[in-house]
Amino acid sequence: MKALSANIERFGGVYLLPVALAVIAFVLIAQPSTWVTLTVAGLAMGMMIFLMASGLSLIFGLMDVLNFGHSAFVSFGAFVAASVLAAMASWVHGESAALNLLALMLAIAAATALGAALGWFFERVIVKPVYKDHLRQILITMGALIVAEQLILAIWGGVPIPVPRPRVLEGSVVIGNVAIETYRIFAFVLGALVYAALHLVLNRTRVGLLIRAGVENREMVEALGFRIDRLFIAVFMAGSALAAMGGAMWAGYQSLITPALGAELMILVFIVVIIGGLGSIEGSLLGAIMVGLVANYVAFLFPKMALASNMILMMAILLWRPFGLKPAVKG
Amino acid sequence: MTAATLETAAATPARRIPMGRAIVYGVVLAIGLVLATAPFLFPDVRSQEVAARICIFIVLVASYDLLIGYTGIVSFAHTMFFGLGAYATAIALKTMGPGFDAILLGGALGVLAALVLAILIGLLSLRVKAIFFAMVTLAAASVMLVLASQLSDFTGGEDGITYDIPRFFAPANKLFEDADGKVVRLFGVALNGRLALYYFVFVTALVLFVLMLRIVRSPLGTVLEAIRENEMRAEAIGYRVVAYRTAIFCIAAVIAAIAGILRAVWLKYTGPEVALSFAIMIDILLMVVIGGMGTIVGAVIGVVIMTLAQFYLKDLMEVAAHATADVPLLPDLLNPERWLLWLGVLFILLVYFFPAGIAGTLIGKGGHK
Repeated sequence: MKALSANIERFGGVYLLPVALAVIAFVLIAQPSTWVTLTVAGLAMGMMIFLMASGLSLIFGLMDVLNFGHSAFVSFGAFVAASVLAAMASWVHGESAALNLLALMLAIAAATALGAALGWFFERVIVKPVYKDHLRQILITMGALIVAEQLILAIWGGVPIPVPRPRVLEGSVVIGNVAIETYRIFAFVLGALVYAALHLVLNRTRVGLLIRAGVENREMVEALGFRIDRLFIAVFMAGSALAAMGGAMWAGYQSLITPALGAELMILVFIVVIIGGLGSIEGSLLGAIMVGLVANYVAFLFPKMALASNMILMMAILLWRPFGLKPAVKG
Repeated sequence: MTAATLETAAATPARRIPMGRAIVYGVVLAIGLVLATAPFLFPDVRSQEVAARICIFIVLVASYDLLIGYTGIVSFAHTMFFGLGAYATAIALKTMGPGFDAILLGGALGVLAALVLAILIGLLSLRVKAIFFAMVTLAAASVMLVLASQLSDFTGGEDGITYDIPRFFAPANKLFEDADGKVVRLFGVALNGRLALYYFVFVTALVLFVLMLRIVRSPLGTVLEAIRENEMRAEAIGYRVVAYRTAIFCIAAVIAAIAGILRAVWLKYTGPEVALSFAIMIDILLMVVIGGMGTIVGAVIGVVIMTLAQFYLKDLMEVAAHATADVPLLPDLLNPERWLLWLGVLFILLVYFFPAGIAGTLIGKGGHK
């Protein structure tokens, strides 16, 4: 038994969980083409959720601040992207693939920039006065979330808004008898790129070193003379920008968005962060992919269970590892 | 409320009662008296509706204060327990027909379900950080909300359930008849089943409230405050923190479920909007913070202010929206449907500048850091 667990540890430990999930699902589904479609959908969904969750996780890890208003950035990102895409309808539906993609990139960039700006405002005005006071942090960010949601309702109204999808990303790629939606591939690639960038920044640069050190022991980094609060604003803005980017991607994926989107996604994001463990982007990625896969497999295998599935997954993982799979901060 | 205030006053005869404390208890006593005589003071239907709502919410908010104020755990699942009580009663009344047996059985099942769920959530996640717990409860509560709207055969989905309550509580039921067979009137108020229903709600709420005042003054309450102030030290002294936290979480859940039963019986309707929605959770949060965390009596003040504000703030915004109809965006922001926006802003300001709330500030204790 011990040897077995050592072997599992050597081949990736908890990182094998999504693979195990996929294998179990393969046996249960027993139709390779369906399985591939579901797996790709799960991975794409996981990547988008990863974008939203990674920022939250890092913000918590670095400054012990849990932002319950995080989903407000997701909603703002989604709605801004929708507005930008709607404003550039001729580019979006045009023949030129370059213009198609340019419009989408502009929409995502606008959402991301707004996310960063809002993040700055949020950090300075809402969160800064209540550092180190969890109770008031939860209450205040919750209040900010209410205000943000109401603002979205006031600006964009309560009716669902259609999101035009760039022509080049419509339709599917067909390989053999497996059809894969192009947008899912795009979402997966973008998510993977962001993960790679985050991983490089965190592990190969000086700033990343400071962030990781700060997550591990903030006081020590401060004692060594670094201004961790400035670092924190940067991380907060980056996290908010990522959330907005995730929201923009999600808007394109859903193609019809409502103001309730933020609240719906927040639950998934929280589950991901809890599963993954706070403070690590590896954990967030792992959690996000598991949540995405489980959501898609279960929706196919046992549609009635779809909703509770992620909850059950979270409960199971909390029982096994109370701090999540790959926590960077303990307790 | 009356009994509890007297008890407190009697317990500390020698000490001079500080001014702020006297004001708070005076106000709470006055509100209690008004609620006790509400059907006679305000005989119209709408006011009774408000009075019953206040009674039920006082219980709900005070039980939430046990968690957030006394123990320092933030739960977003409180409406879930409230909803469990309400839905269980509603489903029992619907399937078994109007009768006290249905209320008893449904209520008992609801309370039991709340208790089991609270134990599960508590044991699973109370051992970790407060912030983790808040996330877990939020996730659990939203799953419950979606479940309630999806299992529509059972819960009526978004439309909710309407049902009849025992005939004893019907307005047509005469509690006392005079010689002519007409219902006896006291101070011009008919002594009918509706009155009995109000007092059923009021007395149950009063009993629960006094019980909660008793809990926070018991050794259990003291240990909880110790855990809130310094978890490590409480653990070191030898109190099992997880057990205490789980215990109070269960107590609060059970009381919330009972409040849900009252709500279901009073309204004769149960749906996501009145028993389970996230808006109620936000109401509870606002009420606790406005009234004052960690005071229990603050719940009374918070509930009364918020409930009255909900009725009048909307009217005020209606007027303001009309007055600014020419300005862009502003009317949208002042639209009565956007009243939550302003409550949210108020909430943030309160948490910044007034974290102890009204009762907490006046009493000069409660609320922490």
